[in-house]
Amino acid sequence: MYEFKFHRPTTVRQAAGLLARQEEAKLLAGGHTLIPTMKLRLAGPKHIIDMSQIEGLSGIEVKGRSLVIGAFTRHDEVATSSIVKENIPALAELASLIGDPAVRHRGTIGGSVANNDPNADYPAACLGLGATIVTNKRRIPSDDFFKGLFETALEPDEIIVRFQFPKVNKAAYVKFPNPASRFALVGVFVSKRGSDIRVAVTGAGSNGVFRVTAFEEALKKRFGVKSLEGLTVPVDGMSSDIHGSAEYRAHLVGVLARRAVAAATA
Amino acid sequence: MTAVAMTVNGKAVTGDVDPRTLLVQFLREHLRLTGTHVGCDTSQCGACVVHIDGKAAKSCTTFAWQVQGANITTIEGLAEPNGPLHPMQEAFRENHALQCGYCTPGMIMSAVDIVWRKGNDLDENTIRHELEGNICRCTGYHNIVKAIAAGAKAMEKSPMAKTA
Repeated sequence: MYEFKFHRPTTVRQAAGLLARQEEAKLLAGGHTLIPTMKLRLAGPKHIIDMSQIEGLSGIEVKGRSLVIGAFTRHDEVATSSIVKENIPALAELASLIGDPAVRHRGTIGGSVANNDPNADYPAACLGLGATIVTNKRRIPSDDFFKGLFETALEPDEIIVRFQFPKVNKAAYVKFPNPASRFALVGVFVSKRGSDIRVAVTGAGSNGVFRVTAFEEALKKRFGVKSLEGLTVPVDGMSSDIHGSAEYRAHLVGVLARRAVAAATA
Repeated sequence: MTAVAMTVNGKAVTGDVDPRTLLVQFLREHLRLTGTHVGCDTSQCGACVVHIDGKAAKSCTTFAWQVQGANITTIEGLAEPNGPLHPMQEAFRENHALQCGYCTPGMIMSAVDIVWRKGNDLDENTIRHELEGNICRCTGYHNIVKAIAAGAKAMEKSPMAKTA
């Protein structure tokens, strides 16, 4: 691991100031992506800005028609929260499938979404629920947030402070985990909120999380498994690696989307 | 160098460490608590699991300074020195839940955490699912699963099985 200096700001403003001032600075939340990446020397930030001392960045509450989750909220808190289970159970289920229990005790939703790993679970929830990502500067709709592999709309000194997930009528997440890492080989999040239907896929796309508009259109006619029968996604645009070919991933997208709709309508 | 202070197994400890020092290195190399192991060093195998403020966590994926002021329990702190074993340790011994023993400290720390979160009556599916973050290369897990079910029951009656 390369050497670094660390900072422990107590407000978001201080953290943003440090991000803007210090060269090669990185935010540290749960650390369960950044620390392994630093060990491999794939990242060598000169400054680490630890978010753990900032008050008010974690917590879960219902505000109006939204479920609001602080950026520093850990996966285990989302997975076990009675508020999440009551309002968007699919989101609690998704959080319970991330990594393993020890990882869920440390990893945070903000860290996961800011990192935008193409195989991470939370990006599918954000895009699949039409979440709004609230930063220290603005509100970013999830449709405008994810920009490709590990790329987001976040500016260099921009910090996610919370997520607003609209309450939906129906939703489910089904994941085919890589058996070693528990990352999604493919994961599909479906939701229905009135006439707004979303199908978001993580793990499969060579450009990160994406929506399947063809599936969404089919589900608008009738939100049921039968609407998706025979539908597939193009192999072109799927990622391909030792864990699964593009053809296999394209196949899984169809299978998991049908399973997700079945779970959402059960 | 940076000063760290925390409570480990009930004792206040301090150290002056490089910021890169991981919690597992601090425990093993500075405090000489070598019961916590480094297996994969990539947060997958669970040999390094300790309790941070009463919750299982991978000490190879946490900087020592991140747990400033926290309460850490390692395998050495589960039972009193020279006293009887913790019921989960005893269950692993009784059920022959180890072969080489390398994964055992992490297995036991995770097992105790599972009982705290899921209760004393654990079925096989729950145990196997909850053990996803701990890898054993020897046993095939069968006796580990049996031991955790037995240890969970034993913890119900044991005064040592208090939550952190």
